[in-house]
Amino acid sequence: MTVTVEPTSTAATRAGTATGQQVPAAFVAKPVKLVDQFALGLDAPICLTWELTYACNLACVHCLSSSGRRDPRELSTAEAEAVIDELERMQVFYVNIGGGEPTVRPDFWHLVDYATEHHVGVKFSTNGVRIDDVVAKRLASSDYVDVQISLDGATAAVNDNIRGAGSYDTALRAMQHLYEAGFTGFKISVVVTRENVDQLDEFKAIADRYRAQLRLTRLRPSGRGADVWDELHLLAPQQKQLYDWLVANGDQVLTGDSFFHLAAFGEALPGLNLCGAGRVVCLIDPVGDVYACPFAIHDSFKAGSVREPGGFQGVWRDSALFAELREPQSGGACSSCHFFDSCRGGCMAAKFFTGLPLDGPDPECVRGFGEQALAEVNGPTPKPSLDHSHKNPLRSQLGQAERGGSTRKPVPITLGVRPLNGAISAPPVRGCDENPLTGFSPTGPVIQ
Amino acid sequence: MSVPPAPATEFDLDAAWMLHPSVSVRPEPFGALLYHFGNRRLSFLKTRQLLDVVQGLDAAPDARTACLDAGVAPAQLPVLARALASLAAGDTIRRRPAPVEESG
Repeated sequence: MTVTVEPTSTAATRAGTATGQQVPAAFVAKPVKLVDQFALGLDAPICLTWELTYACNLACVHCLSSSGRRDPRELSTAEAEAVIDELERMQVFYVNIGGGEPTVRPDFWHLVDYATEHHVGVKFSTNGVRIDDVVAKRLASSDYVDVQISLDGATAAVNDNIRGAGSYDTALRAMQHLYEAGFTGFKISVVVTRENVDQLDEFKAIADRYRAQLRLTRLRPSGRGADVWDELHLLAPQQKQLYDWLVANGDQVLTGDSFFHLAAFGEALPGLNLCGAGRVVCLIDPVGDVYACPFAIHDSFKAGSVREPGGFQGVWRDSALFAELREPQSGGACSSCHFFDSCRGGCMAAKFFTGLPLDGPDPECVRGFGEQALAEVNGPTPKPSLDHSHKNPLRSQLGQAERGGSTRKPVPITLGVRPLNGAISAPPVRGCDENPLTGFSPTGPVIQ
Repeated sequence: MSVPPAPATEFDLDAAWMLHPSVSVRPEPFGALLYHFGNRRLSFLKTRQLLDVVQGLDAAPDARTACLDAGVAPAQLPVLARALASLAAGDTIRRRPAPVEESG
């Protein structure tokens, strides 16, 4: 993933601050770029994403974490508190809490309070289902809590087609409560798709109306997003359209540094333009497993578990996967491209879940190399290791357009067969046994 | 990105400054990360020397003294003033309301 040091960052030894939500290159007191330091990893993440539950009242077709049903192994309240204690010790400034729908966890508000009492700031993502007037007032009174409402269409028709019937009204009701409670600057988070890319100005208008801040992020082929990627990811002309919009409006929207693969269109977009996976960010999932980034819930990107004796800190500092990610990495097929310095080959998760080699072009490479590479992909693409999708369509989905992700049927699986000679067959070969670092060669720093 | 340049000339090195009470400082090998819980602004200090300066502000009678105590060469003071100005623009550091009296 990218470095989500939102909402605001400043470089410090040089002028450059104010409303900048991203990270400008720092003053060079020594000929070392900050981005190089970050690429090699920090002793603790700047922030991390923590999916508190896989339970969700919705079934969005592009859900990164394939959420729906609660996992019975979910971290207990005491275990979650222990994680927060560790984050405090490590001076992780804040956590981005998500899910699932985190507010449906019975101890959600307790954990938010526990985190802020322990100097760990909280930004949580919600579809708004639990944000009533009382909650909104309470949220508005805390400096340490930020709220992000998910909205994937500026109109109910576009939004509900992705997120389910009624979800637009739920989100706008939550925004109204936050607005009336005086919570200025909450975030409205939009995953940009083929269906809503023409609504960017309208999204901005909604954000302005509620005195909120617009946040745009990239659709990724992760979780159920893989099922709808082909029909929802931006077409090449739409990528240019988005890029132009970001160049014109980039100082007023957050992007989670999500679109650095578009930098090859010309001028680099604001941000570090660095994949922070395992270097400055990571993901803790509801059962305590630690992944390199929120877009990579897959065994290949699993670094360990907070339930191990060393806890989260042990995973962050000692995981072999993270150690590899912090090595200088090869640009592979991309290293001869003169845009490589700005796009750095794009998103690791987007490549992985579309079956592309990690050292090649991003599937949405603006020069078209991704499409060429995709044409050469043979065989199945890796599937998420976990799927907590609701087993049956929700009521909110019944009016939804027919789409693989929204009305999924159980996936047929092939069981190992006991051979006639009586020997136990080997476990089925899984499409996900691919190492994420296949093809990486730790020679020569890539990030310059 | 359209980041307006910080008002480099406006930083008063001879005034008393302090770290904002809502700012958390995390030293790093390259310098430090600063996070302001009030405005959620993340700042980077690119050098350890700048970290020393920032951490010395509260105790020093003025910013100039904090810089010199941290080993900043006088010729480098304008550079440090620009850095401090950018931190002040984000309210990461702010003017101390009243001079701190030395007490035995």
